[in-house]
Amino acid sequence: MSTTTPHLAPSPATDAPARPRRRSRIGRERPQWGATVILLVCSLAVLIPLLVTITMSLKSDAQAVEGEAFALPDPFSLTGFVQAWELTNFPRSLAMSAFVTVIAVTGEIIVSSLAAYAIIRNWDRRLFRWSFFYLLAAMFIPFPVVALPQVQLTGIVGLDNPLGVALLHIVFALAFNTMLFTAFLRSIPLSLEESMRVDGATTWQVFWRLIFPMLGPMAATVGIFAFLGSWNDFMMPSLITSDPTLQTLPVLQNMFQSQFNNSYNIAFASYLMAMAPAIIVYLFTQRWVISGLTQGAVK
Amino acid sequence: MSQTTSTAPRRGAAEPTSPAPKRASTPARRRTDPIYYFFLFPALALFTLAVTLPAIVGFGYSFTNSIGFGDWEFIGLRNYIAVFRDQGILGAYGFTLGFSLVTVIIVNLIAFALALGLTSRIRFQAALRTIFVLPMVISGIIIAFVFKFLFANTLPAVAQALGIDALSSSILANESLAWVGIVIVTAWSTIPSTMLIYIAGLVTVPSDLYEAAAIDGASPVKKLWHVTLPLVSGYVVINTILGFKNYLNAYDIVVGLTDGGPGTATRTVAMSIFKGFEGGDYGYQMANAAVFFVISIVIAVVQLRLTRGKATFGA
Repeated sequence: MSTTTPHLAPSPATDAPARPRRRSRIGRERPQWGATVILLVCSLAVLIPLLVTITMSLKSDAQAVEGEAFALPDPFSLTGFVQAWELTNFPRSLAMSAFVTVIAVTGEIIVSSLAAYAIIRNWDRRLFRWSFFYLLAAMFIPFPVVALPQVQLTGIVGLDNPLGVALLHIVFALAFNTMLFTAFLRSIPLSLEESMRVDGATTWQVFWRLIFPMLGPMAATVGIFAFLGSWNDFMMPSLITSDPTLQTLPVLQNMFQSQFNNSYNIAFASYLMAMAPAIIVYLFTQRWVISGLTQGAVK
Repeated sequence: MSQTTSTAPRRGAAEPTSPAPKRASTPARRRTDPIYYFFLFPALALFTLAVTLPAIVGFGYSFTNSIGFGDWEFIGLRNYIAVFRDQGILGAYGFTLGFSLVTVIIVNLIAFALALGLTSRIRFQAALRTIFVLPMVISGIIIAFVFKFLFANTLPAVAQALGIDALSSSILANESLAWVGIVIVTAWSTIPSTMLIYIAGLVTVPSDLYEAAAIDGASPVKKLWHVTLPLVSGYVVINTILGFKNYLNAYDIVVGLTDGGPGTATRTVAMSIFKGFEGGDYGYQMANAAVFFVISIVIAVVQLRLTRGKATFGA
């Protein structure tokens, strides 16, 4: 255990209190090499499984069957990717995952921000106040508890498909997202919109022209977590979607387990293709991912 | 139609009172712009139709012998009595609760240590943060399949090379060890989000407190115990509550690693409920779900009570 002294290490966009400390690399104190080395060693625990995934996916059929995790690909081969692409019908399942994710991300941002704005501006009205606590109650309802009747009902109304899955993603994230947006909206001064209203703007215009753009940073955070949650979800699509040809990528990985068998190169190529979009999005948006929680969630 | 609307009482964020032109403030209630109801409607409608309604319907079915479709009869509390006598379900509760407890402790200890490290004066800080958050963005079921391979092929090979006979076969195939594999993979997958919340907490600790402690000659351990921990205790509570909420619903990773096996050694409550689709015991599993719901709430309430409401988001 490294008992190092935590210092304010400002990640971008944290509202750390102003400090009279220089932020130069070489401050008054030397970098703590001990902690650095320990963390570098620990990072292997994260990197090794990912590196094994990459090396296994690049092996030829003959070499992959041996299942040697640390043997480098010899010869390099892309056959695993080619076969996984065809076997899992990758373009179709990618489209399904993308469809669910796009609807979930858009829906979560719009539905939650609208509700949060209405609640915050009408806090003195019982209906809106109670609605807020009603939505928050969802945090305590585990999906398995309502899963069976949900499957029944989605079947009855014809939503036992990716659209139904996306709607459920929106619903189960409502509580958390509405909480984030309301926390953020509390800090937006009313004076701004009052001057707009004096000029004759309607509530509709005020929301879309003023409030929604101001919610940008929080919407980015909500959007990223919505993307990750939706893209990676296995439980809901596996239960809700009845037609196997409409399944998303994570569920397909499970469906093809028996066919991957010992063809580890095909299996790992398939896993890699399924996780690659999320990793790419993360690398591009990590600033928000890492600071997102630090900003509004637990201010 | 420029109706002024009532304002929310804002906490925190002290904002100068706006000199914006206001109409004479009326002590009476102002009218609410009807469009606000329209704003609120989608969220309420979705939540009611997709969660509240199914919950009520499902709870109703828990008193019947329904198999999920077709005819059913009302059978009173018989399902509930049977659930409490069902060794399979009790086993699933035992496993899920034990697994959750162990995982919450392990994940929080490691995540807190990593957060301390990542907020200290280390080199390569940005790169290390990026690496440690990576597991968060990968689907649990895929992580499970990758580790299943490592447990089945790589770990035994390494163990044999080191001459450890106990680990010469996959731990996932061993009834008394499979849960260890599930804890490891769940920890790998959920440490990042827990760690991020701790980082968020640690950067709020004012640095002059540490300087004051240093001037008083406090050792690093004392600083941690008397300065850091009291100030981030709220974050410990948040992480514990969120952690329990996650782990009690364990599903993806367990399906990928063991699918509840060997035998039923690692079957979780969620898995036993979902058996209601295949087993034709819909009403019965709804009783199970109702029991599970009560237990989840009790666990959350007990945690909040124990910590006397230290978990305040944004207060």
